[in-house]
Amino acid sequence: MPHELSFRLNDESINLDDFGPTDTLLDFIREKKNLTGTKEGCNEGDCGACTVAIGELDKGELTYRPVNACIQLLGMAHGKHIITVDHLSAEGDTLHPVQDAMARLHGSQCGFCTPGIVMSLFCLHEDQTDPATRETVNTWLAGNLCRCTGYRPIVDAALESCFGSKAPFAHPTSELSSIDPAKSLFTGTDEAFFAAPATLKEALDLYAKHPDVTPVAGATDVGLWVTKRLDELPKILYLGRILGFSDISETGDALTLGAGVTYEAALSHLAKFDPDIKELISRIGSRQVRASGTIGGNVANGSPIGDTPPLLIVLEATIELQSVSNKRSMPIEEFFIEYGKQDRKVDELLTSIRIPTLKPGEHLRCSKISKRFDQDISAVMAAFKITLNGGAIETARVAYGGMAGTPKRADRAEQLLQNVSITDESAWSPAIAALSEDFAPMSDMRASASYRMTAAQNLLRKALLEIGGVSSGETRVTQARPGDLEAAE
Amino acid sequence: MTEHTATVHKATKHDSGIKHVSGRARYIDDVPEPAGTLHVVPGMANIASGRIKSLDLDPVKQAPGVVAVLTVEHIRGENDTSPAGIADDPVFAEHEVTFHGQALFAVVATNRLAARKAARLAIVDYEADAAPILSVSDALKADSEILESYQFLRGDPNAAIANAPHRLTSGMAIGGQEHFYLEGQIAMAIPGEDGDMTVLSSTQHPTEVQHVVSHILHIPLHAVTVETRRMGGGFGGKESQASQWAGIAALAAQVTGKPCKLRLDRDDDMIMTGKRHDFEVSFEAGFEDDGRLISVDTVLAARCGHSADLSLGVNDRAMFHSDNAYYYPDVRIKSHRLRTNTVSNTAFRGFGGPQGVLFAERMMDDIAIETGLDPLDVRKANFYGQDDRNVTPFGMVVEDNIIDNVVSQLEESSQYRRRRGEIDLFNQTSRFLKKGIALTPVKFGIAFTLNHLNQAGALVHVYTDGSVYLTHAGTEMGQGLYIKVAQVVAEEFGIDLDQVKIAATVTDKVPNTGPTAASSGSDLNGMAAKAATDQIKARMRAFIAERFQAQEEDVIFADNKVSAGGSSMTFGELALEMHLERISLSASGFYRTPKVSWNRDEIKGRPFFYFAYGAACSEVLIDTLTGEMKVTAVDLLHDVGKSLNPAVDIGQIEGGFVQGMGWLTTEELVWDDQGRLRTHAPSTYKIPSASDVPEHFVTKLYESAGNQEDTIYRSKAVGEPPLMHGISVFSAIYQAVASIKPGVKPQLNAPATPEAILSAIASMEPS
Repeated sequence: MPHELSFRLNDESINLDDFGPTDTLLDFIREKKNLTGTKEGCNEGDCGACTVAIGELDKGELTYRPVNACIQLLGMAHGKHIITVDHLSAEGDTLHPVQDAMARLHGSQCGFCTPGIVMSLFCLHEDQTDPATRETVNTWLAGNLCRCTGYRPIVDAALESCFGSKAPFAHPTSELSSIDPAKSLFTGTDEAFFAAPATLKEALDLYAKHPDVTPVAGATDVGLWVTKRLDELPKILYLGRILGFSDISETGDALTLGAGVTYEAALSHLAKFDPDIKELISRIGSRQVRASGTIGGNVANGSPIGDTPPLLIVLEATIELQSVSNKRSMPIEEFFIEYGKQDRKVDELLTSIRIPTLKPGEHLRCSKISKRFDQDISAVMAAFKITLNGGAIETARVAYGGMAGTPKRADRAEQLLQNVSITDESAWSPAIAALSEDFAPMSDMRASASYRMTAAQNLLRKALLEIGGVSSGETRVTQARPGDLEAAE
Repeated sequence: MTEHTATVHKATKHDSGIKHVSGRARYIDDVPEPAGTLHVVPGMANIASGRIKSLDLDPVKQAPGVVAVLTVEHIRGENDTSPAGIADDPVFAEHEVTFHGQALFAVVATNRLAARKAARLAIVDYEADAAPILSVSDALKADSEILESYQFLRGDPNAAIANAPHRLTSGMAIGGQEHFYLEGQIAMAIPGEDGDMTVLSSTQHPTEVQHVVSHILHIPLHAVTVETRRMGGGFGGKESQASQWAGIAALAAQVTGKPCKLRLDRDDDMIMTGKRHDFEVSFEAGFEDDGRLISVDTVLAARCGHSADLSLGVNDRAMFHSDNAYYYPDVRIKSHRLRTNTVSNTAFRGFGGPQGVLFAERMMDDIAIETGLDPLDVRKANFYGQDDRNVTPFGMVVEDNIIDNVVSQLEESSQYRRRRGEIDLFNQTSRFLKKGIALTPVKFGIAFTLNHLNQAGALVHVYTDGSVYLTHAGTEMGQGLYIKVAQVVAEEFGIDLDQVKIAATVTDKVPNTGPTAASSGSDLNGMAAKAATDQIKARMRAFIAERFQAQEEDVIFADNKVSAGGSSMTFGELALEMHLERISLSASGFYRTPKVSWNRDEIKGRPFFYFAYGAACSEVLIDTLTGEMKVTAVDLLHDVGKSLNPAVDIGQIEGGFVQGMGWLTTEELVWDDQGRLRTHAPSTYKIPSASDVPEHFVTKLYESAGNQEDTIYRSKAVGEPPLMHGISVFSAIYQAVASIKPGVKPQLNAPATPEAILSAIASMEPS
């Protein structure tokens, strides 16, 4: 087992056998390597000033994704290529096309967010799988806050420079190929270590031996325990290198996601279920967060909000947990016991999520209410699966995040929706009203209890309206569902 | 002004643009640290109001890496960072805690993480007050004022309202705003010989940092040098409130004898530094059938926080702009400045003006609802006149009024009337979604209302190769001041822009400066730099006239040459020859704004040199089931006189609009009942992101004949005025909500979050 962390930083091979388990990639870049182009704006993965490109080998090809270096643990870089803004063009050299467009079109004012924006756009330029639209650019920029420009010149620069011919850029594919993905990494001592096992068995063995270890998938949450709560986490078990942990399998009746599947990787598969899911996933965090954060992590950390658990609950997903000695599965809603408590034993890892595909007659809707559309945490997250039989609701699955200590089904409302007409609005009223029996939400900085309740009730109404035939173009300020007409201009 | 220019009036890119995009622009945290640099982190109070019974710092001192723990006892000078000079802003709270997050001490450690961890280990025993004063209403109830109330009064507003054919009473809450400069507060202090201190500070006001450091360290001003190359954003948040952090860094350097750096963590920054003042506004108005005002009586109550800071000027400016572009015949504008147990609110782009303008625009919208008129027609009916109806509530005559033109042009180009008709139709048939459109004007007064701040200096050297060094009093926070002033210097000397070295702002180069604020940066520093080049050019003219046997007035500076009488030499040759003839090639320039004469005590005189104008038209779509809102189209037209740099100015206008839109929509500050800020990070405090800006976002500069006043190349200030274009979004939301029940005024407060919008909708239904 290698005891040395190995990765490429720009054009340099980095090999480290001594580093802190919770050292962040950003601190390494800025403080150890004195590469100060990358900035720290918020130190919690929300502003994007620290965005770097992380290249990972997939079938011999390097794919670059933007990530927030401030909440990436350094050890997670093993086997990867990190590109910082400093590397895009040497002083006096020709600028990279995205740099050139940003400078020429006045895309910077104070300049502090600019390196992060350049790196997000660099990744978009390298990627080019999404259509050359403003919407694509907005999606790629959602995780980069700019307080000066108002974004217009940045979007213009992106549209000009991110699509079309790619600027030549050296990919250190062969250097990275020498780092064997089948070999586990362990650095440190039994008291303090960063472990990145290559097999599930090794991971479970390690967990059994060190029940006080902190399992980490994307670190989009754990990163903040380190940078904000200043937790001492001496033992880190990084799950991102476990072979098969990020596998996705689609069978006729279900989609199975390994617990290490990122939001980004899951997106195209989940999008096949329903266009609402595509929009929902696209609004979780930012491109940076979705490149690191995993659906498994979103479930395992038991956030009362979600955003995916309410959706997975109505989809009747089941999860699988494993320890050295045991393997079990359960409906996902049973996993959430109460606030801060999940049905996970101390040495168990969540390994996969199985999501049954929608059957004929099943209609899905989900909505996320937040102060800002992109990269915000929901005040209310709602998901609905309504099974119709003719013009009547046969069964309804209704679940919310942000309404209780856990993501939770609305039992009473579900009962009252049974056998009710999908076109008779007055028939829904008892169920809508019953949400106040199902939930007693709290007030916090995101919304008051009364707003949460009103919004939850109206979202149920809206879902029923839409499933009953009202065009989403008449019910949504955001883009209508494909096939539905937009609000008349 | 139709003269040909080579550099000025051109859309030159930001001088640091290429450095920004390549990561080579250095901010203070990027400057290589001198060997042995220590890191400083403040420790904060976790009650809002009360007394410190005991402060046990032993666990802090014993933490790994800690070198020193600074308290009041280490301060040789004054325990004060107050910009008002009234000693109400302690470096460290000593006995009394006046807001949650107030600094109590600071840890100096070998690395920043160690200092951050140690700062949390203090054991503080408080006697906490049971009911801290947290909000405007708390403070009004408790009669808790930090500064005396102040008012403008003309005529007999109450009688005039009573006698008016139509009357209305209304009001609203206006939220504050976090600056969210991307680069947080930071300073690095480097001790020198003789007790001297050099401080790199991310500040809009190096001179004030110099003063505060001098006072705290008890050393003369000449021993303190403050340097600011660039800020990663300021927006007013680094006008007075950079001083405390620079002061603590310098104190640490004085105590330890080592270079010391203090960079606030983002959450600490948001908790420990002030924001835009939140207001509660209530008003009565009397008006004619056509919406024309007869009388206005308004009360502006602002939460200032625990100390005065810049609240006097901020609240005065709210009053100065509560007329926006409208003539109020009889008027009372009353301002309460309230003391609360919250962080001291401070300057923020617009400096109170936006809150005043928002009040005025709400009043126009309310009159429109009461009269059933189009809000734009109500606005137009109330615009200041050219020769009459042109005196502001504070007695200044509006001499440069172009608001009718600006608004009419935008009304036309945005097709406001057609769209308004279409929206009315849409709203009649749309069950759940409603649209709104609003066209709002801005008139903004330019000059510091505190007279002595209206001055600036510049230092210009010409070297013997013809290259030029430029430094001035203004600081660069991204607004493009440096490039604008450099354009002026290049234009004046007739040389290429790249011949001008733009140097950092340093207190030993240009002394005794004011803050870069009040949008005045290019007005003041452009003129100061020109005053410097004028002196050098006069010497050059005399030299050339003699050399080429020509008249001085015939000497031309252009194309990197200086010519007269058919002969010429390069600018560099001239510099070298003058040097050999022992003629100085260096000058300092000075400028003070003419005409301004405000006497606050007598409520008399002229506070503003001129006004900047503009107008915005925004359209929104709201969801009446959830309160969600989308801005769907924005058109801006803004007056910058003859633009020094159209690219920079358009950037200021667009960026200002989006910042104003954020203030009034997604950006919500929430404190809990203990006075703790709950929105202290970007995870909970939401500034606009790229998708909040609509695809239809058209910004045009008003075709101006030039500033009527003699400003630098007849340009106008641009920093703050466009922020108020964001009010068009709020007004459009108000229209959309109001469309649900014509004739009823919704209770919409700012920011218009989904919850606020839904609540405004509910406010129209009798429950």
